[in-house]
Amino acid sequence: MNAVLKLFPIRGGIHPDGRKQRTASLPIEKAPVPPMLHLPMRQHIGVPSEPVVSVGDHVKAGQLVGICSKDISAMMHAPTSGEVVDIGPHVAPHPSGLPGLTLSIRPDGKGDCVPLLPPLDPFLSEAESIAERIAAAGIVGMGGAVFPAAEKLELRSIYDMHTLVINGAECEPYLTTDDRLMRERADAIIDGARILRHTLGVRTIIIAVEANKPAALAAMEKAARDFLYVDIRPVAVRYPMGSEKHLVQALTGLETPAGQLPVALGVLVHNVATAHAVHEVVRFGKPLISRIVTVSGGAVRRPANLEVLVGTPIRHLVDHCGGFVSGPERIIMGGPMMGTPVANLDAPVVKGTNAILALTKDEVRARRRLPCIRCGACVTACPCGLEPLDMMARIMKEKIAAAVDIGLRDCIACGACSYVCPSHIPLVHYFSYAKGALLDQQRVKAAQMELKQLAEARNARLAAQARAKEAARAKRKAAMAAKRTADESGTEGLNP
Amino acid sequence: MSPAGLPHGPHIHARVSVRRTMGMVMMALVPATLFGLYLFGWPAVFLFLVTIASAVVAEALSLRVAGKPVGLFLGDGSALLAGWLVAMTLPPWAPWWIGVLGGFIAIVIGKQIFGGIGQNVFNPAMVARVMLLISFPLEMTTFLDPRPLFSAAAPGFIDSLGITFYSAVDFDAISSASVLGAFKTQAREGMGFGTFVREFFDPVAHLSGYVPGSLGETPGVLIVLGGLFLIWRRIIGWHIPVAMIASMVVLATLFHLVSPDRYPDAAYHVLSGAFLLAAFFIATDYVTAPVTPAGRLLFGAGCGTLVFIIRSWASFPEGVGFAILLMNAATPLLDHYVRPRIFGHGKGG
Repeated sequence: MNAVLKLFPIRGGIHPDGRKQRTASLPIEKAPVPPMLHLPMRQHIGVPSEPVVSVGDHVKAGQLVGICSKDISAMMHAPTSGEVVDIGPHVAPHPSGLPGLTLSIRPDGKGDCVPLLPPLDPFLSEAESIAERIAAAGIVGMGGAVFPAAEKLELRSIYDMHTLVINGAECEPYLTTDDRLMRERADAIIDGARILRHTLGVRTIIIAVEANKPAALAAMEKAARDFLYVDIRPVAVRYPMGSEKHLVQALTGLETPAGQLPVALGVLVHNVATAHAVHEVVRFGKPLISRIVTVSGGAVRRPANLEVLVGTPIRHLVDHCGGFVSGPERIIMGGPMMGTPVANLDAPVVKGTNAILALTKDEVRARRRLPCIRCGACVTACPCGLEPLDMMARIMKEKIAAAVDIGLRDCIACGACSYVCPSHIPLVHYFSYAKGALLDQQRVKAAQMELKQLAEARNARLAAQARAKEAARAKRKAAMAAKRTADESGTEGLNP
Repeated sequence: MSPAGLPHGPHIHARVSVRRTMGMVMMALVPATLFGLYLFGWPAVFLFLVTIASAVVAEALSLRVAGKPVGLFLGDGSALLAGWLVAMTLPPWAPWWIGVLGGFIAIVIGKQIFGGIGQNVFNPAMVARVMLLISFPLEMTTFLDPRPLFSAAAPGFIDSLGITFYSAVDFDAISSASVLGAFKTQAREGMGFGTFVREFFDPVAHLSGYVPGSLGETPGVLIVLGGLFLIWRRIIGWHIPVAMIASMVVLATLFHLVSPDRYPDAAYHVLSGAFLLAAFFIATDYVTAPVTPAGRLLFGAGCGTLVFIIRSWASFPEGVGFAILLMNAATPLLDHYVRPRIFGHGKGG
């Protein structure tokens, strides 16, 4: 309610050129259904979903096509009606451009729906049934982390939570999806947030929006005016304000302990688009089959905010936006700070895709890398209190453990350090490499442990066999000796 | 479409580069430099050009020997800046070979033998200044009263060529001690600071720079303005200059209050010699100073303290060069022990 509330300063951070003005005033428009949809079975953190349809099947919009196979996973639904034409490898939205298991659907243009799930009255329902509904809808964190939302709700049984933060900071440059969603569907977001609040059993909802989105703030204020427990808070415009740990710190002054999540402080963070998706599935039974995507960047002829079916190839969106003005230097899925480069335009939009950016040479501003001049700009910019230049120096010498000693694991890969580096050193690249090497080390260690256990088991087995053999031999010997004795005595007996 | 590039963001970049950073520092040096060149005339101009040329040539040769791309590294502007800073600290009418040696020492011994830009432990300009001072104490301490360009006392263009390149000047007739040297001499003869100040030290002249001294060290106001420009443009932080000046002010004031005749006051210390130039342009050298704010505060305070100690009790009248080099040596240690608090660690985390 109150716009002027105390906020806590966060450390470091940067003020990149926002470049949101190109799309901020454009209403969300529906992108046309593409001639082919590609649904990667892995669109979330965790294990891939398992297809439950076969090639040749006809599917309807909203029909379940992929199920959770293991613990952390998400349901997958057909975005529209059509025929399943392939289940196999297709280029995945990943910088490598390597294929992943993908379900390809050729839409029939009819858009037939399966019967939707019956609407729930969330405030008369058990938390359990709402959580089940959210899981059934395949909702994942839509701010980019793509953690299955239902799994996040399960944390309520472990932690004592008091506050739900709805993250509408949208601190990455170019992105305007959350901004548009808040302006156009504020009531739905507030409703989704209230459903989540009810499910979690928390008291307060804080909706955090960077102060550079006054229209979104006003819309949210209006939608929340009847709910005293909803607190709309403008936060400072600074990247990475949307990082959940930093957002929680700015809002509450509480610092998430290293290696934990903000939920350890009793605060759960969800993105505005996730809250919107929760509203859709609980009130109307609609599973997550579409999302809002900002298509922007200097190389795009007609930037737009599009409502896109999950699985739509990037090429289709680019064509819909008038193609490229000039050859893009880089095509990014997600924000320009933490998004991933797209190697192939056939890769599809997934549940976590908030933007497709085609950046010109002038926007990317890539330069040849020079040696570090120790200017310390990265130290000033780091929101986590790290010394990126020192970590890089250690990683360059393959001293990964030494880099961990000075906080490699605390790096959130926000890229603020690389952004300000006058020598254009790709610092985050080093950190990702080192984190990968750590994972490898752990894997090798685990494998070695397993090998060791197997070897020990084998030794134990061999030893047991040897012992058994020995015992058997001894037994045989004893038996023979006994027999001989018996024979001898028998002989004696027989031959006195 | 070109290759997708690195698999990691950020995919945009701030409008920064090493060349731009060096360019900003040079821009900040322009007012003080122009004033110095005006004040000491053509010989100063020649010395300035010779020193910079020597530094750039030494850089190019070193890069060639090391097999590094010469154009790329010359283009970063760091050699030009190093030569410039060396020139700023030389006596303005010093012979050409002092400039050549200065530029060469700064680049080859001060920087390239450590591995080039970013690798050196000691500030190249200060390495050059101190080596020259120890090797050629006479040439390095021969100062003269200002002879502004085009004034009656100023030598003409041709005469100036002679001064710089043939040592065609009788310094005995024109030399004039810098205020630091003068006090050292007078104090030895028993003059107290009180008397000295009345006779020799004019703070206003020192602020404006219209006094004997090195080529670019004298105009206090212009140097501070340049430094403030760098702080405003976020090229340097405020920590080192503030800590260096504050520590000097505190120490000088303290001792001056205890023994006013034996110890000069803070204004004398801050406004004389290379102190202000060092506080804003030399001690703030990225490569040889700590990278954290707290480390920089300690570093600056160490520099100020050492300058005070050397000026007060050592045999050299000026201590800036030694103080900076000593603190440069302490930089790895400061960087090792003084680190920021990592998010989520400590503070109840």
